[in-house]
Amino acid sequence: MAHALMNYLDPGAIVLGVKAATDQDVIRILADRLQALGYVKPSFADAVLAREATLPTGLPLGGDNNVAVPHTDPEHVLRPGLALATLVEPVSFSNMEYPDEKLQVSVVFLMALNDKDKQIEMLQEIAGTIQSPEIISALIQSKSVEDVSRLLR
Amino acid sequence: MTRQKTVLFACGTGIATSTVVAHAVEDAMKERGIRFNSRQCKTTEVAGQIDDVDLVVTTAQLPKDLSKPVITTLAFLTGIGKAEALDKIEAVLRD
Repeated sequence: MAHALMNYLDPGAIVLGVKAATDQDVIRILADRLQALGYVKPSFADAVLAREATLPTGLPLGGDNNVAVPHTDPEHVLRPGLALATLVEPVSFSNMEYPDEKLQVSVVFLMALNDKDKQIEMLQEIAGTIQSPEIISALIQSKSVEDVSRLLR
Repeated sequence: MTRQKTVLFACGTGIATSTVVAHAVEDAMKERGIRFNSRQCKTTEVAGQIDDVDLVVTTAQLPKDLSKPVITTLAFLTGIGKAEALDKIEAVLRD
């Protein structure tokens, strides 16, 4: 699978080297970007946080670098889009499969989904990307949007 | 010929994650020569949709007292444990 995530990622919604204390902080940073860029409604951030609290989205990748894919219902979304954060220090997200288990997450993909056909491709691309430990580790090392863009083109 | 079985794919929103899992399982089962009916819903809707279902595949926690087989796995998102998950699904569909 090609890692053509740049087809979905808005360069304005790529935030590298985030210093955040909690999963909520990261989600708010990325949701603010998506709102400023016209992808989501003002209600989006709170809706994602509420969903994350009951239906978490942390995905264990079997090592130190785990990923989270927060998202919420289509009614808070204006058009499909994707935001990315890499973290200086990992933050805790709950495991999607076992919500009582905390995962140390270094890469967060915040998805704005409202189109069933487009969003499955977006999530398939994310799944394809996170199944490559090399790409995830290179993503964490990325210093610029250009680095990310070369990696996920 | 035996009746084609029905698999219910569940995730938190019932649209994003479950669609990816459903496509991955459909493709893999096609390669193994198995066809099935596929449906998706939110995890909160599973209990009300389970009557005509033979198997539930979910990425998130479901109530424990469901009357049908349930496979909970992130394998189709993370790639970890995919072969085992597919073998389990195949076993239920061939049963």
